[in-house]
Order: sequence, then structure tokens, then C-alpha cells
Amino acid sequence: MIPAERGAPLVSLRDVRFAYGERSVLRGIDLRVHRGQVVAIMGGSGCGKTTLLRLIGGQLKASSGVVEVDGRDVGKMGRSDLYAMRRRMGMLFQFGALFTDISVFDNVAFPLREHTDLPPSMISDLVLMKLQAVGLRGAASLRPGELSGGMARRVALARAVALDPMLILYDEPFAGLDPISLGIIGQLIRRLNDALGASSVMVTHDVHESLEIVDYIYFVSDGRIVAQGTPDEIRASTDPFVHQFVNAEADGPVPFHYPAAPIDSLLQGGRS
Amino acid sequence: MNAFFGSIVGGLRHIGKLTIDGIWRLGFITRFLFALLMASGQSVRRIHLTFRELYFSGVLSLLIITVSGLFVGLVLGLQGYDILQRYGSADAVGVMVALSLLRELGPVIAALLFASRAGSAITAEIGLMKTTEQLKAMDMMAVNPIARVVAPRFWGGVLSMPLLAALFSAMGVFGGWFITVAVIGVDDGAFWSQMQAAVEFRYDVVNGVIKSFVFGAVVSLIAVFEGYDCEPTAEGVSRAITRTVVTSALAILALDFVLTSFMFRGQ
Ligand SMILES: Nc1ncnc2c1ncn2[C@@H]1O[C@H](COP(=O)(O)OP(=O)(O)O)[C@@H](O)[C@H]1O
Ligand SMILES: [Mg+2]
Repeated sequence: MIPAERGAPLVSLRDVRFAYGERSVLRGIDLRVHRGQVVAIMGGSGCGKTTLLRLIGGQLKASSGVVEVDGRDVGKMGRSDLYAMRRRMGMLFQFGALFTDISVFDNVAFPLREHTDLPPSMISDLVLMKLQAVGLRGAASLRPGELSGGMARRVALARAVALDPMLILYDEPFAGLDPISLGIIGQLIRRLNDALGASSVMVTHDVHESLEIVDYIYFVSDGRIVAQGTPDEIRASTDPFVHQFVNAEADGPVPFHYPAAPIDSLLQGGRS
Repeated sequence: MNAFFGSIVGGLRHIGKLTIDGIWRLGFITRFLFALLMASGQSVRRIHLTFRELYFSGVLSLLIITVSGLFVGLVLGLQGYDILQRYGSADAVGVMVALSLLRELGPVIAALLFASRAGSAITAEIGLMKTTEQLKAMDMMAVNPIARVVAPRFWGGVLSMPLLAALFSAMGVFGGWFITVAVIGVDDGAFWSQMQAAVEFRYDVVNGVIKSFVFGAVVSLIAVFEGYDCEPTAEGVSRAITRTVVTSALAILALDFVLTSFMFRGQ
């Protein structure tokens, strides 16, 4: 099932560094996403996963290093080039980011209406097809506020693939879902990727669900890639970081404690 | 002694920081206005987007404008009659009501009401869209949020403000007529004919409309800017709404003074 390395990768990051002001978040990331693959990027909360996706989408620019999508340097693109690239990209936001003032149907129709001149009947057909693909054609007339978390995520997914993108970015697609919704979303990510002939980058901290559906996994910690491999390699890995992550151990290479002064200093009454 | 100088230096520093922050913000809002104007093409090409916002900010404010205009007119009628009848010119009450409304109270009070009703709603809406990442999502869909969300709301506000001010003045004149003519018994013919003779279209009406255009633009700009610039948390949105109302009120009253001193100098 894993496609061999066919030609140039669709997404490639080379020694990418990024800081929010003084606060350095990414400290030299190298990764590649080949065409047709679903790739997971894993790491703890706050390790810079969302930042990584926004670098790929061009909403942030790397402090140094190169972010390439389809052979072009995202950091050097102007606004119109960026927008041209994003039309071929879909992104699922962590909390769905559905437009709350319009219906489910209008949400999915939004990119089609903004970027195509298709007649209303054809837009309607396309929207209902996408909603059918995520199993929510019957919910077309509901408002986002009337949906459960899992349903909202699926609508956002339908909207992200409305224009048949070449690349789909998922920001924590599993966060806050019950086990059944979680399985559904996982299967949808794989199925949509293969049906559209797209490539997907999925950022998550859900190891077990990801191992089932992805082709390749990168582990990020402390701003760097600390481990990578296919699901089978990851399962067999003896790397202590991977071991801690896969087995959900509280302490290990990723410390339980946020860096702090030694506890003794607190007991002695000093605060600094 | 050292502590005394320390506190003076601290105070000066604080004033300096406030000044610099204020200037930064002014520069920021100017750049924002520029970006907004550059992105306004779509508000014209897809005029239904602007009409939708015109409808929202206009209709939102309709009730409060109508009722307030009526009450202000009633009070103007009572006070005007009370003062003018001392000089035996109760017939001129129509002139007084109409001129105070057209020149000052119509544009100013309508703008204050518009800021607290529609302006705060615009800030809340844009701020909430920012907080829930809807603006970022739009940007990732290659749709410019300034063109699609901000500009139509701005132009909707600019267009609805003069209409609301006109409605306010009309309701006020009706209120003044009702209390003085229908209730107190001032002569109906004198009320209207004196008003018609004294109110000049160019001097009174046009200047009033210019004022309400300026207020509409300023309030709408403040409202969309505060929403777009707000800190993306629940608390940030609520602070932005407060700032919209307070800044708008100050800007309206200060600008009204400036405009009045240019427009009405007793020719
Ligand atoms: N706009 C921002 N300004 C400053 N710091 C930020 C900003 N966004 C995120 N951060 C910080 O950068 C780090 C990485 O954030 P993020 O990429 O959102 O992490 P993740 O998605 O992995 O949870 C976090 O520690 C966060 O506090
Ligand atoms: Mg995140």
C-alpha cells in the first residue's frame, strides 16, 4: 500500500527554523511528504505542530530553511501566488472553524462559490456529493451550532476537500472525539486521500489511530524530528522517545515537569 | 527624596508609553484603513454582500433610532415651547426643533446609538470569527477576510448612518410637532411655514448629512478594526466591544465640535 518514492516529494521542509519573537519553537525540521501518502506528524501539545502546518500553508514564514510545496518555495511567494497555491490545498482546523452564521450546505459551498463560476445547480450537486462522502447529506440544512463535535469535524472535512485539493492538512483531526467518531474520521482521511489522489499531512498526538491509517510518521520534540518511520517500523522501534509516546508513559525523555527551579528552593521560602 | 524623583520619572515614563502606544495604534489603524480600501473592489462588484450588511446594521438600529428620535423630539418641543413663549414667539418652535435636529442632534445622537447598537455587534461578530479561527480558515481557503468580511461591513455602516440620522431627525420633527401642535395647541400652519422658511437646504440639511457620513465612516472603521485586532479570547472580544463604544463616542463628540466650527459660524 505504501507508494514507492515517486519523483520529487509534494512537500519538503529542509532545516526549517521558526520562532515567535524570542520564543524559538522549531529548531531545524527536515521532512518530506510524497505524492499519494498520508503522513502523520506527532508530538506533545505545544511542540509546534500547528505552527508547522501554518508554515506549509504559508500563513507563517520560516525564520530560516526552506518550505517547498509542489517544487516551489512557499516563503518566497507573494500574496497572489500564495492564494493560487491555497486553492489547491484544503485545511481542517483543530476546532473545525466552520462559519457559524451559515448552514452546513453553505459552508461546504463557500469555496466553490468563491472560486468558481459554476451554476447553482452544479454547486448544489457537488456540495451534496461531498456531504454524502462524509455521511452527512441529511444534515445539509442544519446550522453548525446544531452539530455534535464529530459531525462538525466531518463537515469541515467536506469543506476542506470541496475543490478537490492536491494537498490536505489536518490539525488534530481526532482531538476531543469519542472512539466511534474517531474511527470514522480516521477512515475518512484515508479514503478521501486515496479517492482524490491527494496527499495528506496530519498533525496529531493520537498514536494508535494514526498507526492504522498513515504511511509514514514523524515524531517532533523540542523543535526537532526525533524519530520517524513507517507504522511497522514505529511499532517495532526501541527508541525511548517512541516507546514513551506509543505506550503513553508519563515520564521519560519527555519530562513530566515543566522546567522549574528545584523544589528545595520553594521549601526554603525563596521565590526566585 | 529619591523615591519622590523615582515616582515622577515613573509617571513620565507611563505617559510616554501611553503616547507612543497611542501613536502606534493610530498608525496601525491607518494602515488597516488603507488595506480595507484596497480590498473594497469586491464590496462593489458583489454588491449583495454590502447590501446584506447594510440591512443588518440598518435594521438592527431601526427600533432604537425611531423611538429615541421620537422622545428627543418630544423633549425639544416642550423645552422649545417653554423658552420661546416667554418671548412671545412660540410659533418659532418648529424652527428650533428642526434646526437642532438637522444640524446637531440627528447626526450626533444617531451616531452614538449606532455605535452602541450596530458598532458593538460588528466588533463582536468579527472578533468572534477571529477567536474561532474562521478568519484564518478563510485565508487558508484563498479568500481574503478583509475583502470578504471586513469591507462589506464597513461600507454597510457608512451607507446606513446617513439614512438612520435622517430617520432620527424626521421622527424628532414629528415628536416636536405632536407635543406642540397636537397637545399644547401651537398653530399648525405657523409651525410648518416658519420651519420651511428658516431651514436652508445647503446650509442646514447638507451639512447635517456630511456630518452623519463622517460619523458613519469613523464608527464603522473603529468597529471593524477593533473586531479584527482583538485578542482572540472571550475576554479580548468583550474588551474590544467596550473599546468600540467608548472610542466611537469620544470620536463622534470631538469630530462634531471640529465640523461644527467649520460649518456653522453665523454668517
Ligand atoms: N501567535 C503566537 N504567539 C506566540 N507564541 C505562540 C503563538 N502561537 C503559538 N505559540 C507558542 O508556540 C508553541 C507552539 O504552538 P503550536 O504550534 O500551536 O503547538 P501545538 O499545535 O503543537 O500544540 C506553543 O508553546 C505556543 O505557546
Ligand atoms: Mg495545535
